[in-house]
Amino acid sequence: MIRVYTSSVIDAPADGVWALVRDFNALPAWHPMIAESRIEQGQPSDQVGCVRAFRLRDGGRLREQLLALSDFDYQCVYSILESPMPLSAYVATLKLTPVTDGNRTFAEWSAEFDCKPADERELAASIGTGVFQAGFDALKSRFARR
Amino acid sequence: MQRVVRSSIIDAPIERVWAILRDFNSHIDWHPVVAESAIEGGEPPDRVGCVRRFVLDNGARLREQLLSLSDSEHRLTYCILESEVPLERYVATVQLRPVTDGTATFWHWESTFGTPPGRERELADMVGSGVYDAGFAGMRRYLARGRAGGATAVAAGETLTTDAIVVERPGGPEVLALRRLDVAPPGPGDARVRHAAIGVNYFDVQVRAGHHGGMVPGSALGVEASGVVIDVGPGVTQVMPGDRVAYASYPPGSYCGIRNVPAAQLVRVPDEVSNEVAAAGLLKGLTAEYLLFRLHRLEPGTAVLVHSAAGGLGSIVAQWASHLGAVVIGTVSNREKAHDARTHGCAHVVVTSDYRFADAVLAATDGRGADLVIDGLGEAGVDENLAALARFGHWISVGNTSGPIATIPVAALSDKSGTFSRPVLFHYTADPQRLAAMASRLWEAIAAGAVRPVIGETFSLGAAAEAHRRLEARATRGSLLLIP
Repeated sequence: MIRVYTSSVIDAPADGVWALVRDFNALPAWHPMIAESRIEQGQPSDQVGCVRAFRLRDGGRLREQLLALSDFDYQCVYSILESPMPLSAYVATLKLTPVTDGNRTFAEWSAEFDCKPADERELAASIGTGVFQAGFDALKSRFARR
Repeated sequence: MQRVVRSSIIDAPIERVWAILRDFNSHIDWHPVVAESAIEGGEPPDRVGCVRRFVLDNGARLREQLLSLSDSEHRLTYCILESEVPLERYVATVQLRPVTDGTATFWHWESTFGTPPGRERELADMVGSGVYDAGFAGMRRYLARGRAGGATAVAAGETLTTDAIVVERPGGPEVLALRRLDVAPPGPGDARVRHAAIGVNYFDVQVRAGHHGGMVPGSALGVEASGVVIDVGPGVTQVMPGDRVAYASYPPGSYCGIRNVPAAQLVRVPDEVSNEVAAAGLLKGLTAEYLLFRLHRLEPGTAVLVHSAAGGLGSIVAQWASHLGAVVIGTVSNREKAHDARTHGCAHVVVTSDYRFADAVLAATDGRGADLVIDGLGEAGVDENLAALARFGHWISVGNTSGPIATIPVAALSDKSGTFSRPVLFHYTADPQRLAAMASRLWEAIAAGAVRPVIGETFSLGAAAEAHRRLEARATRGSLLLIP
């Protein structure tokens, strides 16, 4: 089991950041890698169990399922159903925690998955840096205080 | 039930912040409202179940118990056992998380408790602002205090040049040459240190003379220095730029102004210890630490024979051993040094310049001999050290000023059920955790006055050859320093 952990500090209150990222269908609105997204079978995007199908800017297609959503803990857990990446049993968690000192947000994005040993390094880097950190960078510039 | 949550971002790596917070007795160092702190029963401050007793700056007293401690989760939980402030069923959790985007730490501090009716707001504010927020601010000040500040904030990330004393070939002091060396930005695991003071050790003389395999032609001599971290390489979490540090490490390379050092070999220098004392006392002090607490566990009443008791290592061993209750017999080469040796705690001093001292040691111990011999003499002292050794005595060879010991007559050891050891400091300091524990004990001994490193003579870096001449002529007292 490989574990990837990325964390960052976003200079905005956690409820504002959460309002954006809690929407399981909103990745194209804030994540630079995602071109388009829809929720299958017309379900609401905060219905636990719903599946998002999305297309990356590089053309790759993924299906991910919402496993848990907590407005109380600002936490969202999801798994990959289908993807072009050579991995399995992928479960990721995106969690926000308020930083009371300065009214900011501590954001954590982590994933666990299985893969061939030869693929570990590249997958950990592409997920940790290419997906999670790229998402945090986008949130940081979107919420930058002027 | 009240629930109070406060959190902050601390601009330091999580390992650094956790090392402070996991010590349940550390609030006295960093929290502004704690005036006194002690762990009851002298228990270790990371023992789950231990109880700390606080006196706050307003005079209030409280007792708190450690309920859980997790190094893997960077989390600890504690509760209040007794308090003059009416916080009932108070349980608090400290949780750290790394900010991987940079090198900062997220610190979450929360608690639940009951209060008397009508005081909810007041007590929640007191805990949240007066304890947690004030603690965050105190920790920031504490972490900043060990840094030397703006004066060092130069040139991070660039190749720097420095003066260095290098050796091209084995020989006398005349082979020491002053050169300019490039110092690249630190690589993985390294920290680049600007030296403030450099310790001169007899070991350096032996490397220069070619008695050790450690000489790399064209590279700098020296195994000890103190200074300030300029910048750190990838993966370094133990120290930060601006930290005051010192090291005693092998391979050589400390006779210079700037150097890259493995961060795992650096120890942080407390505010109370000057750069000069750190450079004069670290290598000899760490040596004394393992000699008296690890290789030999010194007990009160032990008769300890210390050679060169006015020298850098001898003076520290004599001070520390006598503080621990040993009867210290020191040898020195002249009368002036005999006076010094007495001030270092020697109960008996033998003045000898021809390696004859066994009779005097036997006389000082009613014929019993020395239970512990700390020997830097080497070959010329073998017979006398054996003669001076008590039954069950322990003879530890830590140096060879007269040349390496060729053979140990085992039959002579068996006459006394004696033990012979030939330890190497760098084996003891290779493990960073053990090194930290050794340095911590040394700094405490210096703070308590038990160990007082003596700075004998100070030379400029360019005068290293003169320092070596003085050391080899046995003309010096205390430790020698080079100032770059």
